[in-house]
Amino acid sequence: MNFPILTIATFLPLMGAIWLLFINKGKEEKIRRIALVTAIGSFIISLPLFFNFNLNTHEFQFVEKVPWIKEFGISYYVGIDGISLFLFLLTSFLTLISILASWTIKDRIKEYMISMLVLETGMLGVFISLDLFLFFVFWEVMLIPMYLLIGVWGGPRRVYAAIKFFIYTMAGSVLMLVAIISLYFMNYKATGEYTFDLVKIYELDIPMGAQFWLFLAFFFAFAIKVPMFPFHTWLPDAHVEAPTAASVILAGVLLKMGTYGFVRFSLPLFPYASHQFVPIIAWLAIVGIIYGALVAMVQEDLKKLVAYSSVSHLGFVMLGIFVFNIQGMEGGILMMVNHGLSTGALFLLVGMLYERRHTRMIADFGGLTKVMPIFAVFFMIITLSSVGLPGMNGFVGEFLVLVGTFKSNILYATLATTGVILAVCYMLWMFKRVMFNKLTNPENQKLKDLNKREWAILLPIAILVFWIGIYPKPLISRMDASVNHLLTQVDEKYKLTLNRLEKDKIKYAMKDELPELAQYQED
Amino acid sequence: MEITIPPFDIKSIAPIIIMTIAGIVVLMADVFFKRALKDKLAYLSLIGIIIAGVVTFTQIGPTVYSFSDTFVVDNYSVFFNFIFLVSTAIVILMSVSYIKQEGINYGEYYTLILFATMGMMLMAGGSDLITIFLGLEIMSISLYVLAGFRRNRLDSNEASLKYFLLGAFATGFLLYGIAMLYGATGTTNIKEIAAFLANNPALSNPMIIMGSSLLIIGFGFKIACVPFHKWTPDVYEGAPTAITAFLSAGPKAAAFAVFFRVFLVSLPALEPKWSMILWVLAVLTMTVGNVVAIAQTNIKRMLAYSSIAHAGYALIAIVAANSLGTASMLFYMLAYIFMNLGAFAVVIVLGRKGEENLMIEDYNGLGYKHPLLAITMSIFMFSLAGIPPLAGFVGKFYIFSAAIKSGYVVLAVIGVLNSVVAVYYYLRVTVAMYMKPPEREFAPLSLSPYMIVALIISIWGTIHLGIFPARIIEFAQKSTLLY
Repeated sequence: MNFPILTIATFLPLMGAIWLLFINKGKEEKIRRIALVTAIGSFIISLPLFFNFNLNTHEFQFVEKVPWIKEFGISYYVGIDGISLFLFLLTSFLTLISILASWTIKDRIKEYMISMLVLETGMLGVFISLDLFLFFVFWEVMLIPMYLLIGVWGGPRRVYAAIKFFIYTMAGSVLMLVAIISLYFMNYKATGEYTFDLVKIYELDIPMGAQFWLFLAFFFAFAIKVPMFPFHTWLPDAHVEAPTAASVILAGVLLKMGTYGFVRFSLPLFPYASHQFVPIIAWLAIVGIIYGALVAMVQEDLKKLVAYSSVSHLGFVMLGIFVFNIQGMEGGILMMVNHGLSTGALFLLVGMLYERRHTRMIADFGGLTKVMPIFAVFFMIITLSSVGLPGMNGFVGEFLVLVGTFKSNILYATLATTGVILAVCYMLWMFKRVMFNKLTNPENQKLKDLNKREWAILLPIAILVFWIGIYPKPLISRMDASVNHLLTQVDEKYKLTLNRLEKDKIKYAMKDELPELAQYQED
Repeated sequence: MEITIPPFDIKSIAPIIIMTIAGIVVLMADVFFKRALKDKLAYLSLIGIIIAGVVTFTQIGPTVYSFSDTFVVDNYSVFFNFIFLVSTAIVILMSVSYIKQEGINYGEYYTLILFATMGMMLMAGGSDLITIFLGLEIMSISLYVLAGFRRNRLDSNEASLKYFLLGAFATGFLLYGIAMLYGATGTTNIKEIAAFLANNPALSNPMIIMGSSLLIIGFGFKIACVPFHKWTPDVYEGAPTAITAFLSAGPKAAAFAVFFRVFLVSLPALEPKWSMILWVLAVLTMTVGNVVAIAQTNIKRMLAYSSIAHAGYALIAIVAANSLGTASMLFYMLAYIFMNLGAFAVVIVLGRKGEENLMIEDYNGLGYKHPLLAITMSIFMFSLAGIPPLAGFVGKFYIFSAAIKSGYVVLAVIGVLNSVVAVYYYLRVTVAMYMKPPEREFAPLSLSPYMIVALIISIWGTIHLGIFPARIIEFAQKSTLLY
């Protein structure tokens, strides 16, 4: 492929941001249009990735590789496979939607749109990087615009939330940096080549002790991002304070970076440690599922409710990833996409309510179906998609994850299933309190229904919700090759380590009992 | 006794001679310039710096010892000379309007800066402890005067006196150290000391241990590492801001230059001892610097503590004691002068006669009044915090790589955790600029063209070294011949 689709789609938003720098502050309409056009451009350019995707190979596609810092063996190396494809598309899609949803921002619109576009470049870069250094650069770069979005355009406690977000994420990721550098030198020792090339480092056989520490370092970086229980406390703060669009991006894309990191880095690099950590991660995921759901149930603030529901949903994703079978993994990846769509949409809907009423308290609403029927329909669709009603996208992912979990551990699966039930409780209860009941509050009586822009935001999401729900095959078929390859790769390396462990055991046992024979065997 | 005059290799010290001549020319020209025209002296200084830079450029390449092995020109010293010249040039550019506004635009100002730079170059090229000492003194004495240059201000006087007194003590320690090493080895030449230590038991000789410990104290004072750092905040706060910037850049780099050269070239035999001590010093320096910086409300003091912390990161490179470590320190020093001088330049731009705006609250709302200046400051802050893709990140990455390569993983972990702490106080500046409403009217900025050039160079350096560091890294890796 000669046309550098990935590079253009990734850096187009950055170009747009630079363009915006030179636009006069007063021309708000123009600023919005430029931002929107760049986001649309990036999305359209990335569409061929989906249609021209080769289903039959697990190898990275649309690869571009240019040396960057030769002395260190760092290159600009990007490409996608069936795992990152959908996250890439989801990112450019959601950014587009978010920019459309930010039309009503009046305050410092220029800086806002610049942050949004830089953020998009950072996020897209994370999903396509195949060079560890490059990955880390994108991973950190994206913190700054998000920090600004929360801190400048957020709610009353925005500064606290923004700093908390930044420091939490940074604290996790610096340890990953140390681990990345260690991997780099290990790879040098083994192969004599200085490189950050992920595909080459995949081949590395890491001793068990080192795997443990390296896995842990990556684990903190990703687990904070996901966020897994008990590293989730930054999330509700960030969500509540962030402006609508930032919440959408945060829930829709940023959290996926954590789970994506586990799939792309932790599993294939440290298969033995990953297997060893399964009980801890699975239990943390299950606690997250149930705890998130229970806490969501008692929230009085709509945004907080959705934020905690994310903790719960991401628990499913983690569980799916760490059961090491194809259903779980594919379900996990699909669920990342689904969660991005439905939770993103939920934040958009809450944002629309907030714009009209300037409150997010559930108690302030009630009976909105009467004044806002179309809104109610969309809200219903998204709510049901979020709880995983068959026929909608949420179901497919959750079902696959649970099937995968059942195959590997019935206890985990049983406990996780309760999360599905709890999800129905808190979502439908919330829906009832907001949309049904009697319309008592006089302020709610004059609420306007959706306008054209809001239609344009919600309709594509609703279409995707049904499409994935009814016919998920185009998505799953694109994942198959990559996920299968990943699982065999992990499995082979894991077995290799196990075999060696077994051999060592025999050797040591023999040394104790039959020293001559052990000597003989060694010779 | 026969006296032989050593061959006089003028080419090897040409940059130093040029700087000296430039300093003298400025001093003489000063007599003939009216007060209002003293700006022009900056041109003379810059011309001197540029000529010295060109000459230095021709010195890239082979290692040449001269003056009976007391002076050396190698890529290492050339790299440092570039660092000194660039930082001096930026400082002079940002001084022009600043010293005018403060009413201290005397010709000596530039002369002293040029002489100090000359001293630094002598330090970087010194291959004999006496040469190094000479350079150190030329630099320090100029700096003592410069720190007190706002002579009608109490805090400036305090800074100068404090710096001088403590500096004199540190020099004493250093000299003792040199004397002891001489007593034990019979030479002050760096290479010969190394040769002596290679052939004789070093670790058991208390005089050598004592001598090198005293050297650590002497150098530790100059690089401001904990626990020899107490002078830094007061001196940084009291000195004229442009001089504070100068202090944090060139002299610090020069001290690191000799620190590395002396310890890696002449004392590698003692590595097990000093690497342990420096390990502790690095951890203390980073941690104390970063933690105390959090509590600061004055931006100059905050940057002072941040510079202490950065010295801690650079100490990691010396602990690593491999060629990667030296190269990473070289790169880091270069990256650091760009971002740190840039930050100080913004501080100067925001200051006014009688109203210096040095509190972090004074930055509240800057992002909306002067967006370009605020973006500039944010870039420097993010770079100092080590966020990619800026110079500070590549520098830190490089240093931590060196540490991990030598097996100091714990040290690297402490280092990266420290950079998380650091994020907090650097972010505070951006919080003030973008997330707080302005509390006062901002006066229109008085940006002189000199200052704009200084800012552009700093920004360019910070971004360029972050995104396209390859060539500088290549040069840095060729500059580690000394080990």
